[in-house]
Amino acid sequence: MQERTNEQWLSELRGPDPNEALADLYEVLVRGLRAALGGRADGVDANVGDFAQEALIKIMSNLDSFRGESRFTTWAKKIAMNVAFTELKRRRWRDVSLQDVLAGRTAMGRGLADPQSTPEQVAFQNVVLAKLRDIIDEELTERQREAVVAVILEGMPVAEVARHMGTNQNALYKLLHDARKKLKVRMEAAGLPPQDVLAALEEG
Amino acid sequence: MLDRRDFYKLVRAVAETHWSEIGCDECFEHMDRFAELEFSGWDAPTAMPLVHDHLRKCEDCRDEFEALLVAIGAE
Repeated sequence: MQERTNEQWLSELRGPDPNEALADLYEVLVRGLRAALGGRADGVDANVGDFAQEALIKIMSNLDSFRGESRFTTWAKKIAMNVAFTELKRRRWRDVSLQDVLAGRTAMGRGLADPQSTPEQVAFQNVVLAKLRDIIDEELTERQREAVVAVILEGMPVAEVARHMGTNQNALYKLLHDARKKLKVRMEAAGLPPQDVLAALEEG
Repeated sequence: MLDRRDFYKLVRAVAETHWSEIGCDECFEHMDRFAELEFSGWDAPTAMPLVHDHLRKCEDCRDEFEALLVAIGAE
């Protein structure tokens, strides 16, 4: 396969006969995907070709957005990884209901159960927890509370929670960011700077 | 019941919050440049701190970034 500069890639892909460049780019993407996804137990290797094909479509329709800040092949691989991981997350979480995840938790609980903490540590943590629960109830919207539980506590992917909530990944990240900012401001105003609380938790 | 691990996760997420953070779209836009800096041994976190911060906080984006690093090395 011939080496190409960024300008050569763009010129050939935009030209009257892009087939050779497309074929070469497909091979680049497949190689990259195999390296990045290889060794997974979920049989995803069989789908590498599909991911590469879908990525090619996105790449061709977004050539004008390539700004030359990296190698063209790196930019293209970025798109291919996004295609692959979007699909992999969807498969992994498709049978998981957001409502089931949320229903599996009570709202912040009544207290902390940790046999490793001293009584004093437990008392402090319970004071903070009670205050945090109040702040969450007062400051966060229902959507923010659900997102906090699903993403921060349950570790669900942002993209999947967004899909369940009828929004997109970027919007859900910003919703979570707003929620975190609200909690930070209120905790500091309550005399419980989160960094100090964290340090106390890490000591225990 | 909220256990210690959950409480820690939540407080840590709040403690690490910065007023200005970029979202997933903006991180994605710059991820290729950040990945090449990282791969080449440059100090990518210092050069692009907002991208670095987002990748620390967003597992979705971090997974794709780590895969991209491996893919760059496959060439």
